[in-house]
Amino acid sequence: MKRLLRPLVNGIIRENPILILMIGLCPTLAVSSAAINGIYMGLAATFVLAGSNLLVSLIRKWVPDQIRIPIFITIIATFVTIVDMVMHAYAPDMYNILGIFIPLIVVNCIILGRAEAFAYHNGVIESLGDGIGMGLGFTLILIVLGGIRELLGNGTLFGFQIMPSSYKPVIIMILPPGAFLTIGFLQAIQRYRGGKS
Amino acid sequence: MLTHFLLLFIGALLVNNILLIRFIALCSFFGVSNSMSTSIGMGMAVTFVMVLASSVSWILWHFILVPLHLEFLEISAFILTIAALVQFVELFLKKNSPSLYRAMGIYLPLITTNCAILAVAFINVSNHYNFIESIIYSIGVSGGYTLAIVMFAGIRERIASAPVPKAFQGYPIAFITASLMSLAFLGFKGLFGL
Repeated sequence: MKRLLRPLVNGIIRENPILILMIGLCPTLAVSSAAINGIYMGLAATFVLAGSNLLVSLIRKWVPDQIRIPIFITIIATFVTIVDMVMHAYAPDMYNILGIFIPLIVVNCIILGRAEAFAYHNGVIESLGDGIGMGLGFTLILIVLGGIRELLGNGTLFGFQIMPSSYKPVIIMILPPGAFLTIGFLQAIQRYRGGKS
Repeated sequence: MLTHFLLLFIGALLVNNILLIRFIALCSFFGVSNSMSTSIGMGMAVTFVMVLASSVSWILWHFILVPLHLEFLEISAFILTIAALVQFVELFLKKNSPSLYRAMGIYLPLITTNCAILAVAFINVSNHYNFIESIIYSIGVSGGYTLAIVMFAGIRERIASAPVPKAFQGYPIAFITASLMSLAFLGFKGLFGL
């Protein structure tokens, strides 16, 4: 259990892919205009990460070193195709909102990066833990970012009205510039806290 | 007809700028924009590969995947084709054009995981562009990519010598710069009714 939990917690906090490792930015910024989008996008990526990490660590003994990257990409593409088809069938509205960012999970640096840096060198259980942890760390940032932008830009959270009706929404926060602005400030806060302790 | 192509081009170049409005290929936007020269090299390499990749993926889609009813293999087929194509281009340039290879060779491996290339291939398919439209669209997108990354690199070179608060040094200030640039590009919205 500990072998599963340690990499899992590590992925959520200490090595959070977005804030610390600075990878996987595109979908983070693009789909974070509302908190609910973050949950769907994050869970889709978590599924792909966990699945590809699991499969890569299962077959790592038989994969020749020279052609490992194409093999990893094929595995990841298979899982992304599954997510793409499942979402198209069962959550068509969300599929339209997330649009091109679902197939683009395949080139998300987090997934290939974890397959290469972690799953290729570690056991099955650790790799599964790492995949889920990284995926949840990614999801968490998506929800936080989406929550902040939705709250300031629309006055709602997960679609519920939070701000009083006298609040005038800052539209810019749900437009593209707001995404860059929010993540810039989140990172600055993270640094400020890190610098103090 | 000509206006249609022009609008397609301007739309991809400015109105829906791939980096600042659509948020695709941001890893390279922040990763290789430290100096003007590297960002120009990256822009050239992206332009070259993107035009090539969107024509190859168009042919793959219309002549192989659709006739064989293998549309569901789109994701796997495109990513593998593009990865192979980039390797091939790298070998070809190394052998036949050393000067061009020196200018953009080191950026080519980065491009395999550059989402912009793959995204344009998907957009070409989902918008039902014909062959000429997809070529023009890819030129517009890669032009927009080059424009944004070169401008961003120019600003970042100046920020490097500016007195930035400690917590904002490095990436945070880069994000805020990108936010202001994105705001400027938002001004193109509605241009020619796009």
